[in-house]
Amino acid sequence: MTALTDLTLAEARAGLWAKQFSAGELARAYIAAMEAARPLNAFITETPERALAMAALSDERLAKGEARPLDGIPIAVKDLFCTRGVLTTAASHILDGFRPPYESTVTEKLWEAGAAMLGKTNLDEFAMGSSTTTSYYGPALNPWRKPGDNRPLVPGGSSGGSAAAVAAHTALAATGTDTGGSIRQPASFCGIVGLKPTYGRCSRWGVVAYASSLDHPGPIARTVRDAAIMLGAMAGHDPKDSTSAPLPVPDFEAALSCGIRGLRIGIPREYRADGMPAAIEALWQEGVRWLRDAGAEPVEISLPMTKYALAAYYIIAPAEASSNLARYDGVRFGLRVPGDSLEEMYERTRAAGFGAEVRRRVLIGTYVLSAGYYDAYYLKAQRVRALVARDFAAAFERVDCLLTPTAPSAAFAIGEKMDDPIAMYLNDLFTVPANLAGLPALSVPAGLSDDGLPLGLQVIGRAFDEETVLRVGEALERAADFKHRPSFVAGG
Amino acid sequence: MALDKATVAHIAALARIRLDEAELEPLAAELSQILLWVEQLAEVDTSDVAPMSSVAAMSLPMRQDEVTDGDCQDAILGNAPRAEKGFFAVPKVVE
Repeated sequence: MTALTDLTLAEARAGLWAKQFSAGELARAYIAAMEAARPLNAFITETPERALAMAALSDERLAKGEARPLDGIPIAVKDLFCTRGVLTTAASHILDGFRPPYESTVTEKLWEAGAAMLGKTNLDEFAMGSSTTTSYYGPALNPWRKPGDNRPLVPGGSSGGSAAAVAAHTALAATGTDTGGSIRQPASFCGIVGLKPTYGRCSRWGVVAYASSLDHPGPIARTVRDAAIMLGAMAGHDPKDSTSAPLPVPDFEAALSCGIRGLRIGIPREYRADGMPAAIEALWQEGVRWLRDAGAEPVEISLPMTKYALAAYYIIAPAEASSNLARYDGVRFGLRVPGDSLEEMYERTRAAGFGAEVRRRVLIGTYVLSAGYYDAYYLKAQRVRALVARDFAAAFERVDCLLTPTAPSAAFAIGEKMDDPIAMYLNDLFTVPANLAGLPALSVPAGLSDDGLPLGLQVIGRAFDEETVLRVGEALERAADFKHRPSFVAGG
Repeated sequence: MALDKATVAHIAALARIRLDEAELEPLAAELSQILLWVEQLAEVDTSDVAPMSSVAAMSLPMRQDEVTDGDCQDAILGNAPRAEKGFFAVPKVVE
């Protein structure tokens, strides 16, 4: 019999509804898997009692025939979402001991839909990074290894703990957040599915802010269908987030059955990087063939501003971060390092509380916003952002969605790229443009690198057209038939 | 633009992050490298382009200015590193 932890979310849901197993049994299987996978350091906080209590409520509803969409589904939560009464760290020392008195809108919706919380997952500190190595709680590890090479690899970042947990079958799905690629790049590195929805689709309320105009909560899952199911529960208008879109939530799962015949798929020639492995280029071309074979029409297009998106991002994101992170001052919550004056207390608290990458971004952000430099850096970057968005708008007059690689490399070893911030930033080359323009984008595992590591392909769509993105993603998933498993799978 | 040690010390003071003298030089080099790299944006002609601060294609929603929450002093102070008599306690500000 298949292990319970090997079922997809859709299969587990069907099993629960058919009473083949109980929510309690499923939760216990995942709690055991989470414990077995501790060497991955995917979780900062485990909440097994809460998972069991939530599963018990699900079992009552299932018994009464009152099942909710996610009843009995054990999931992990990126430790950037505030969870009432449960330690919320953003992987930063500065939030030591912080137990929010409130729940984020997205997690509240998930619990209302019946999901069970397994725990809070590791991430780059304040979601600033592409490797989950800047966490105060130590790096999370990728469950994949190169065949014949035992060096631990990064799971990508910043949602690396969520991606590692889902890939290692220690959670059925997870929440992530994506500011410059933080859902899609770890999904690509871990061989799973990650969806950054349209800006405004999922509420940011109760999510620790990094760069508010770029932060997107979204799902990480093992299949496109599972991501669609998760998104359906996470999405929806929230008056507590002033940028939340007042739009109805479509039935994302139903969209999957529509096929892709007749869709026009843009292939942007600029999504290539110096030194990008040939396997990624080859996989991309294969993806184009898969979509053509499924009845879509590939169209070569140009997005000339692509090469400037990353530099614009690394002005805008630090600028917003320096403003958002001003709240961490040691007064109302978290770490406090005493000082003789209020000023000294602030400075010592923030010096001790922020790690090197956060400090770097806060300082860059402070500089580009400071008198005399604001126009030259910040306003310039916002003008380039407008041009990036204009590129996409022009493309979407001709095509229905775009196909690109997700990242310019496969997972790299822990410790690599650590002393060169810009080498690390280049991870986000293909993912950042969709954040600047707020467009939905999905990473689907599509093949392996020459080293035997997973590679993802990215589908970018029109604003609020996740349905087309998911349809195309499912066509890729079906054609790629990605059955490879990581070196480590819990409970397998 | 390359940042010197004095500029790094100045922005660190603005950002309320205490830096040791020994940290200034390496940080100046790192931050300069990043700034030099983002300055490639100067190549882009943006003379007729308005800055984009958000993709949300809507004006901020308005609501009645009324109390919607409150009476939760304990919850608010529950995370305070120091609280006294219903207030956050900090080092003396006024002599």
